[in-house]
Amino acid sequence: MGLPTVKSAELEDVEIGLLLTGIQQIYGYDFREYAAASIKRRLAHWLAESEFDTFSQAQSCLLRDPDTFLSLLQGITINVTEMFRDPAFFLALREQVVPFLKTYPFLKIWHAGCATGEEAYSMAILLNEEGLAGRYRLYATDIDEEVLQKAAEGVLPINVMQKFTQNYQKSGGTASFADYYTARYDHAILSASLKKNIVFSQHNLAVDAAFGEMHLILCRNVMIYFKPILKERCLSLFDHSLMPGGFLCLGLKEGMERKKWSERYEEMVPRTRIYRKCYATA
Amino acid sequence: MPRPKFQLIVIGVSSGGMQALKIILGQLPAEFPLPLLVVQHISSDAGDGLARLLDELCEIRVKEADEQDRICAGTAYLAPANYHLLVESDGILALSADPPVSYARPSIDVLFESASAVYSSALIGVVLTGANFDGSQGLKTIKQNGGIAIVQNPADAAAPQMPLAALAATAVDYVAPLDGIVAVLKKLADA
Ligand SMILES: C[S@@+](CC[C@H](N)C(=O)[O-])C[C@H]1O[C@@H](n2cnc3c(N)ncnc32)[C@H](O)[C@@H]1O
Repeated sequence: MGLPTVKSAELEDVEIGLLLTGIQQIYGYDFREYAAASIKRRLAHWLAESEFDTFSQAQSCLLRDPDTFLSLLQGITINVTEMFRDPAFFLALREQVVPFLKTYPFLKIWHAGCATGEEAYSMAILLNEEGLAGRYRLYATDIDEEVLQKAAEGVLPINVMQKFTQNYQKSGGTASFADYYTARYDHAILSASLKKNIVFSQHNLAVDAAFGEMHLILCRNVMIYFKPILKERCLSLFDHSLMPGGFLCLGLKEGMERKKWSERYEEMVPRTRIYRKCYATA
Repeated sequence: MPRPKFQLIVIGVSSGGMQALKIILGQLPAEFPLPLLVVQHISSDAGDGLARLLDELCEIRVKEADEQDRICAGTAYLAPANYHLLVESDGILALSADPPVSYARPSIDVLFESASAVYSSALIGVVLTGANFDGSQGLKTIKQNGGIAIVQNPADAAAPQMPLAALAATAVDYVAPLDGIVAVLKKLADA
């Protein structure tokens, strides 16, 4: 019979498609909504390190054994983050946005996709230095329970602190970064005063509802991994959660180009990806 | 109408890259029929100055790649500092902030492998001057999937290590100095 022979790259696409559908149905994580190129790369990595030769082979085990699935989940989620990541962004935030924030008696700020929390801790430092201590609450959310647990602990490996110190200085920090943590052996324990106004909680941007009335929302290096449809869903979610005149901050290579958004959001400083929501929106 | 044989060129270059890119991109005509994706290793806080400079010098269009850019003929897309550049399945570009691969972000291997997964035998991979071994695995993948591999002649390269590593990793179709590579690309683009 003349059945077609399929090229191995195409075959693998089919296998991955089937696997992701299965994972969605059994575990509820929908990676079909994530940009294919990055997901495929990480899946291939996981497969190469695993005992399986093909995704079809791995599928049976992945769908039946939650521990195997967890190892895959660890392999395909990227949680890398930094304190004061992209220092120029934090400098712009400090100089251009904080003056507006100071006009409110109390601030609500949402860090969507906060990973291990460094961005939220950076924000707490920045706000305290700008005289806003006690006048804000930070809601730091992520889909991944495991990173949230780490985030709540606020303990960092000591070997990253040099880089974070440089970031802090470049971001316009006004104190000594070492004042914000205690070094213990090979760890840096972030000071409790930073933690007390941060609430860490699980939230899935793909399915969960909006948060109320934020003054500032940061979602950086998260939507870059989403397909356009999911990215649009997130932008709508943020739009609903943000008060008029509020600020939305995206990653340095993420934008709001679509007309629907560019009509209602203005980039504060070119190339910082800090957008301000207009007051008069329909 | 038959589809053109080749649909995309990917280029990886490291130290000595600015000079090499000026020569290669600078000699392609404005109506060059293929798009090009370029990873040049640059420091993590570099802006898009390189893309803008090359755009001024070249007849083809040169721009820094943005998330969701649709690949167009006669245009070279440069990976932004600190991001990997990948091809999504439908001729759309994607960026990622995944950790560096072999100390590099952007990584040449990441670009080559993702482009090869989409374009297989319609892809041309080019490894130019550089002082590390990024790109060799990616070039090998391109060959395995039936694409064309081109490597700058190590004797002609400002830094020979990257071309040498590529030559050691896989059999390649062309080894040539920069001017020769331009001629090969023009010929292949018309095929
Ligand atoms: C690369 S980290 C970004 C961390 C931080 N915002 C930064 O810029 O440094 C991406 C985070 O997004 C989270 N994430 C991925 N999909 C998500 C979703 N659907 N809902 C919420 N968070 C998600 C991941 O778990 C990961 O921690």
